[in-house]
Amino acid sequence: MSAAGDPSSSIIDPTDDCPCREGMNVLHRPDRRRFLFAAGTAAGGAATLGTGVVQAAEKAPAGAQWFDVPTDPTKEQGRAVGADGGYGSRSQFETTVRVRYPTPNENTSWSLTPLAALVGNITPSGLHFERHHGGIPTIDPSRHALVVHGMVGTAKRFGMEDLKRLPSVTRNHFIECSGNSLTEWKKPTLKNVQGTHGLLSTSEWTGVLFSTLAREVGLQDGAAWVLAEGADAAVMTRSIPMEKMLKDAMIAYGQNGEAIRPEQGYPVRLLLPGYEGNTHIKWLRRLEVSDKPFMTREETSKYTDLMGDGRARLFTLDMDAKSVITFPSGEMRLPGPGVYNVTGFAWSGRGRVQSVDVSVNGGKAWYPARLDSVPEPMCTIRFTFPWAWDGQPAILQSRCTDETGYIQPTRTELIAIRGDHGPSASVYHLNAIQSWAVASDGGVSNVHA
Amino acid sequence: MFTPDLVRLAAVLAAVVAPFGAWAQTVSDTRLGVGTPASEADLSAYFSIPPSGRGLPPGRGTAQDGAVVFQQSCAACHGEKLQGNMSPGIGADRLIGGRGSLASNNPVKTTESYWPYATTLFDYVKRAMPFNAPGSLTDDQVYSVVAYILSEGGVIKPDEVMNATSLPQVRMPNREGFYPDPRPELSLYR
Repeated sequence: MSAAGDPSSSIIDPTDDCPCREGMNVLHRPDRRRFLFAAGTAAGGAATLGTGVVQAAEKAPAGAQWFDVPTDPTKEQGRAVGADGGYGSRSQFETTVRVRYPTPNENTSWSLTPLAALVGNITPSGLHFERHHGGIPTIDPSRHALVVHGMVGTAKRFGMEDLKRLPSVTRNHFIECSGNSLTEWKKPTLKNVQGTHGLLSTSEWTGVLFSTLAREVGLQDGAAWVLAEGADAAVMTRSIPMEKMLKDAMIAYGQNGEAIRPEQGYPVRLLLPGYEGNTHIKWLRRLEVSDKPFMTREETSKYTDLMGDGRARLFTLDMDAKSVITFPSGEMRLPGPGVYNVTGFAWSGRGRVQSVDVSVNGGKAWYPARLDSVPEPMCTIRFTFPWAWDGQPAILQSRCTDETGYIQPTRTELIAIRGDHGPSASVYHLNAIQSWAVASDGGVSNVHA
Repeated sequence: MFTPDLVRLAAVLAAVVAPFGAWAQTVSDTRLGVGTPASEADLSAYFSIPPSGRGLPPGRGTAQDGAVVFQQSCAACHGEKLQGNMSPGIGADRLIGGRGSLASNNPVKTTESYWPYATTLFDYVKRAMPFNAPGSLTDDQVYSVVAYILSEGGVIKPDEVMNATSLPQVRMPNREGFYPDPRPELSLYR
């Protein structure tokens, strides 16, 4: 537990070596001991189970089931069709998990997506980052409803079956917590990209546009804000500008082709493309239309940005353009000089990614990267950059330009604007260029450059 | 290419078939009539209190009563002196102090030093506190404990009564400490 109490410690045990093959991401081996942050209650719970159960649980990583591995799979029958009960799980050899950041309280805490282990652009639902303020509620969809009221023509209650009768849209969007990277303002702190950037995930979301619901209830003149409220123990509330609600807000019940996961708001959540994650109210039960914002606890005392002069920015909702290299990244080790396929994610809350540049010398020179997925509004893209490493120390950086022409800034530029005066001042919205140092021995570490 | 007959046939098809084949697109009303009207009773369980105080319930409370509520329901996490507690398993915010610290190198954000509206404190306590039994306090208890926190922070006098009329009139010390988002930051375009 000593490591779990120290937020500056590494998320992944740094004593583990990370052999990389050329052009490939680190392959995480099935070793549960490495996930130090997750140790606490899970270990305590397992101790109460029988020995056999513990051994099986130790063998199979989260989300998988352990099977004996045949010497030659062509010489015996495999598992019967349907033996999984009708819902598949991932391979027992795939071990990457999200890890909880060691906040004092496990019910109001967050877990981080293992970005370096992801393939493609979509985050698997089971690896989507989490931020909860009162734990994960268990909600029976047959008893759940969304109430829309306030400055409307007719206040209405929509059951899940009602919401699914309405026309839906399906769109790919990222969600990023505005606290993503907040440990990195003053000095390089967390050791790998899961720690520095893991409060970012991308899903295909399906749901009803708020504009569709708005017609069902009718909006009154002067309606300018909408309060969204969740059905968790925090009864989380945020006020959202009507302009945003009518532009692209979605009442989402689908994630990556199935129902939203409980950790993501089952049975229904608010989805506000490009807005800070806290506003995407999970377990959504109520929308109250109003002329003014409600000034809830989250939007005044928490998700505000205290500047150097002692005044604070309010309703800093857009997530600015950002990018990060996920290979090679912190705690990896390149086996030797050669050609590597540098890869990572880029995204913007203000539109599509226009382009991504990569530097291998700490930002002195920039080269265009390849975009491996099609840019979509408020969605991550996967980029790659072929790099011939000569074995000399290098500083790898990526820089995102979005379709508005905004260029991802440096940390120094942001601090010049927002100040740098203490641990609880301007901690959110750090979208600075990330630097990874590659040492001559191939070791990769988090640095400020 | 087209004979007059074919043209006439196409016109007939367009007039006769299209209205049936594309029925929804000819309906001018885009509402589908989905959802059930919500009655006042349906809505009575909900609340969100804006700075105007709209929706504040009946009831009242004083710091004296609030001290008792605080000891019973709040002090175990937030501390006898409202100092907060960041030890494992707790993680409770400090509630008072920190006034004048916001521009320093160690800004201390509390209800007293940072929160712009007293109505937010009422809303949040009623909504989500105490952590081990959210939403369990009566409205009088919420008014009382809000009065206690505000009084301990020197925002109101110890004998002031908090109710639906007086709470929205409380002037928080950092009321003018916030301004709208100026991003994208212009200096990034120089």
